[in-house]
Amino acid sequence: MNALRFLTIGNDMTDLIEMEGIGKTFAGIVALNDARLSIRPGEVHAIIGQNGAGKSTLIKILTGVYRRSAGDVRMNGAPLAISTPREAQDAGIATIYQELSLVPLRSVTENVVMGYEPRTRFGLIDWTAAHARTREILARFGVDIDVTRQLGSYSTAVQQLVAIARAVSLDAKLVIMDEATSSLDDQEIETLFAVINTLKATGVAVLYISHFLDELYRICDRVTIMRDGQTVNTHRVAETTKLGLVSEMLGRDASEIQAAGLTALSGGHGEPGEVLLEATEIRSKTGLRGASFTLRRREIVGLGGLLGSGRTEAARAVFGLDPLTGGTVRLSNGAPLDTPAAAIAMGIGFLTEDRKADGIIPDMSVRENITLAMLPRLKRLGAVDRERERKLVQHYIDALQIKTAGMEQPIRELSGGNQQKVLLARWLALEPEILILDEPTRGVDVGAKFEIQSIIRKQVADGLSVLLISSEFEELVEGADRIVVLQDGRSVTELHNPGVTESALIGAMAHHADAPDTKRSPL
Amino acid sequence: MSDTFSIDLRRYLRGGGHSFGVWVALVVVIVFGLMRYENFGGAYNISSFLNYNAMFIVIAVGMCFVILTGGVDLSVGSVAAFTSVVAAYLSPFGIQVALPGAVLAGLAIGGINALFVVALRIPPFIATLATMLGAKGGALVISGAQTIAIDWGSNFTKLGMEKAFDLLPWSIFITAAVVIALWIVLERTSIGRTVLAVGGGEDAAGMMGLHVNRAKVFVYILSGGCAGLAGVFLASGFGAGQPLEGIGWELSAIASVVVGGTLLTGGVGSVGATVAGALLLGLVFNILNFENGRGVISLSAYWQMVIRGGFLFAVILLQSQLSRQPKGPQG
Amino acid sequence: MTRTLTSFCARFDPARHGAPLALVVILLFNLMVTPYFLQPQTLFVNISQVATIAIVAMGMTLVIATGGIDLSVGAVMALAGALAPLIFLSNFAAAHPTLGLVAAIVVPILLALCCGVFNGVLVSLLGVQPIVATLIFFISGRGLAQVLTNGNLQTFTHPSFSYLGTGRVLGLPFQGWLVLAIGAVLTWIVARSVFGRQLLAVGGNERAARLAGIPVHRVKIGAYVICSGLAGLAGLIVVAINSASDAARIGNLMELDAIAAAVVGGTLLQGGRAPIFGALLGAVIIQLVKYTLLANGVADEVALIAKAGIIIAAVYLQQARKE
Repeated sequence: MNALRFLTIGNDMTDLIEMEGIGKTFAGIVALNDARLSIRPGEVHAIIGQNGAGKSTLIKILTGVYRRSAGDVRMNGAPLAISTPREAQDAGIATIYQELSLVPLRSVTENVVMGYEPRTRFGLIDWTAAHARTREILARFGVDIDVTRQLGSYSTAVQQLVAIARAVSLDAKLVIMDEATSSLDDQEIETLFAVINTLKATGVAVLYISHFLDELYRICDRVTIMRDGQTVNTHRVAETTKLGLVSEMLGRDASEIQAAGLTALSGGHGEPGEVLLEATEIRSKTGLRGASFTLRRREIVGLGGLLGSGRTEAARAVFGLDPLTGGTVRLSNGAPLDTPAAAIAMGIGFLTEDRKADGIIPDMSVRENITLAMLPRLKRLGAVDRERERKLVQHYIDALQIKTAGMEQPIRELSGGNQQKVLLARWLALEPEILILDEPTRGVDVGAKFEIQSIIRKQVADGLSVLLISSEFEELVEGADRIVVLQDGRSVTELHNPGVTESALIGAMAHHADAPDTKRSPL
Repeated sequence: MSDTFSIDLRRYLRGGGHSFGVWVALVVVIVFGLMRYENFGGAYNISSFLNYNAMFIVIAVGMCFVILTGGVDLSVGSVAAFTSVVAAYLSPFGIQVALPGAVLAGLAIGGINALFVVALRIPPFIATLATMLGAKGGALVISGAQTIAIDWGSNFTKLGMEKAFDLLPWSIFITAAVVIALWIVLERTSIGRTVLAVGGGEDAAGMMGLHVNRAKVFVYILSGGCAGLAGVFLASGFGAGQPLEGIGWELSAIASVVVGGTLLTGGVGSVGATVAGALLLGLVFNILNFENGRGVISLSAYWQMVIRGGFLFAVILLQSQLSRQPKGPQG
Repeated sequence: MTRTLTSFCARFDPARHGAPLALVVILLFNLMVTPYFLQPQTLFVNISQVATIAIVAMGMTLVIATGGIDLSVGAVMALAGALAPLIFLSNFAAAHPTLGLVAAIVVPILLALCCGVFNGVLVSLLGVQPIVATLIFFISGRGLAQVLTNGNLQTFTHPSFSYLGTGRVLGLPFQGWLVLAIGAVLTWIVARSVFGRQLLAVGGNERAARLAGIPVHRVKIGAYVICSGLAGLAGLIVVAINSASDAARIGNLMELDAIAAAVVGGTLLQGGRAPIFGALLGAVIIQLVKYTLLANGVADEVALIAKAGIIIAAVYLQQARKE
């Protein structure tokens, strides 16, 4: 122990946090295996990696949400034993999670002081002092709001800043920001960066997790790359190139990436047929402000844009989930689409972005999950035609190579990639004309990703039309025949393959009269 | 951003604004009663109304805390029946023993609920359903399924009958003290705020480092204690421990809490509005009595349940309109 | 030996095997201890007592499978049970006996179905929490029944109507056969029908079900309607058994018994599972425990405590299994 300590001090005297050989398994599945992380006081340190690389798990171990299965954590050289979020906070580690860990129903002040409220002489909470303290901290970030109002009545950006204010009020030594900018607009991001610089100047370290590489170059000092539950490397940001970071994240050679492309999709080579769907100037309460696009037979049309640009909203509107307040969606046969059931009946399928919340019925079998959307077609005298159902399910299990112990296995026991294939099978089984794919390969491993992309390509060759939403640029750039770029709920431009490049897409997405020159390239 | 105002208004109404309606309704009903019935504002009516409703108010306030965490306590009626028997048995030793004894019994059953919900992770609905049956059985066992007369010679009888400060019965003062104390707990102590935070988002509260389990244990024990006190009032008000009473009280209490604007999912609500809700539901019966007393119409007592149900329906309709929220853009 | 025991324990699923195991234990215990347990009379008594709980519990199972709960079943029973004698004792029924009898059965059940529509619409279309939505009828339904009868106990002699509660088919009580028939139909619905599959999907993941084009509102309303209809039927049976109708007492606390039976039978409160046969078993177990204790001289009130223990044990085992 002494020797170890000596070693630590000798090597890296200034480390605020040091995590070594961290391992974590969930019910036999390895999530982390020999992960490392060291953070110095007053630095902004980024962690990057693909979905499933283990970033979140590592953070949650540091903040006491999970317990590690192996490894050591030290703070200022001393072993750190944290088993609850409370202990992490008391040790000076504050976290701002992607899904905000605040209580929107309660006031701003409560969210800042909760658990550490100032007291009056009688031991009761002193709200006057609490409000004052909250106002004072927020003022440091240039935020002037009514702190007695419900937190939920403010924008996400303000909520984010309130979360940071809470961290500051707790005298945090380390503030962890998990995808902090994913729902902010450009100006709000500037405010956030200013706050981060303020923190840095006062000696507070920031651990920054983001999908946006450009942000990293703007504010981070060092970057740690993770892949498959392991730490690959840590660099000074100034000494890296984007391509180098990407190749380390993917575990592939940089030159190979440039040559071969990243996906199994390739758009712009087929002969599209007649127009199947035409959305004209569609508007909705969910944020669409005039989006137009068409989709032809045997075509993949990508919807490009930043988060909040209206991609998912456009898909939902086409599928009849959110009512239109203006504009029209026309199918070749002209029927109105006002419910998912109507859309399905018209031959549209919708593979949603959030597999867990919107896709799988966890306790149901693979069989039941596959046939869920086509029950009306399997109906015979009110009952499900079991024989036809089994044949159909077996066909898709074979065709999509779904790895399952059998069609009766509950879907929750399958891996993410196979769950996604089951959901794809659910829609393909309907033999749709149009399939809307919202982040079809998110959160699945690389192998399954290629398989899913190949299936999609094959189906398109056979006559399917696809509306594709993806935050993975390669999927759009390489896969789509055309990309409709959305901004603030409007369609602004359209790019045609072959010939679309990543930089052209980024340029189209970022170019905006109000806020020029903010490039954000998500991975 | 164009419809910010309407969203804000809705959010406001979703929050504290909910309770506004119950106060308006309460004032309207009281004004109606005062104008229509001569003796409505009389000392006798006020005293007997509050004396009778004291136990329901106490139970509703305890229930309010449980519901604020997003839970529910179905056992309160049975617990009150059980502790009324305990109080009756202890009444010969005087109020100074019977009252704490019965409240302690209530706290203990609340502790069992807390154990089930927090340690065994049994859903509150089922856990408290079980203690409801258990407490009912317990009440019948210890009483031999008989009402247990209190000791008329002891000072226990003073609780519901003797007026404190020549004003109102002691039970009303005790209720008021409990209500005020719990109001302070909810508004001004960290356990109270934790209760609200847990209901507003249990995971978030945990991430913020709040003691989620401690808050849950607290509310179930508190609710048990409140039911225990209600049992004391029950015994003193009826002159006997009532093992068969308390049926459906839990649902009346939930109705009071909901009418008071507390979200059943937790996170938003107040002690004051809950008391207002309980008073409002109680007044329905009171008004009905007066109306029948006038002899113009004759509504049977059975109508009061129908009307209470109607009240609940109206409040729920209002709430469901208010809490409809447009979804923001996602991605 | 150890190995077989371990493998048995590993395969033991309390949700599936717990209830049958408990039933076997209770039966064995009774065979050994309870006097006259193997008499036909014992069987008849238990069947007629368990029938109403079982019928309501099976309907409750459907509602719980959607992730809901129905507190109004007892009140709906009272409503239907109070209405029936009003109809067959009316002048109309005296003039047209057959029509009167049919109306006395059909109209209360229709009324019950309407209650179900009300509950279902509140829960699905207005998004009111099931506990609160069904609380409305819980409070006012029994009041309405008492208003209808003016709170009076209605006694009657009406052999054809009483057949519902006292008739025998092949030597066994009629309502026992009714339970089996309803159980068979509901089991078929859950296991084989499109509606059943949609019901479980809605309970398993409502958002996903909606996106898959399932008519979520209609499915939920359907569950509440079936549950209320069965409660109405149970109310008629209670009245028929007693040849008397007391709005204050019919179906009192039935919601709790029904929920308890469903839970003991392996229904998850979160929804997504509807073991109809389990609910039946649950009702039988709860009835048998009560009977066992009574037959062995243990007081009724202790049986309540035993019931509480069974519920906690059943849910705890399910919970432990999940974690």
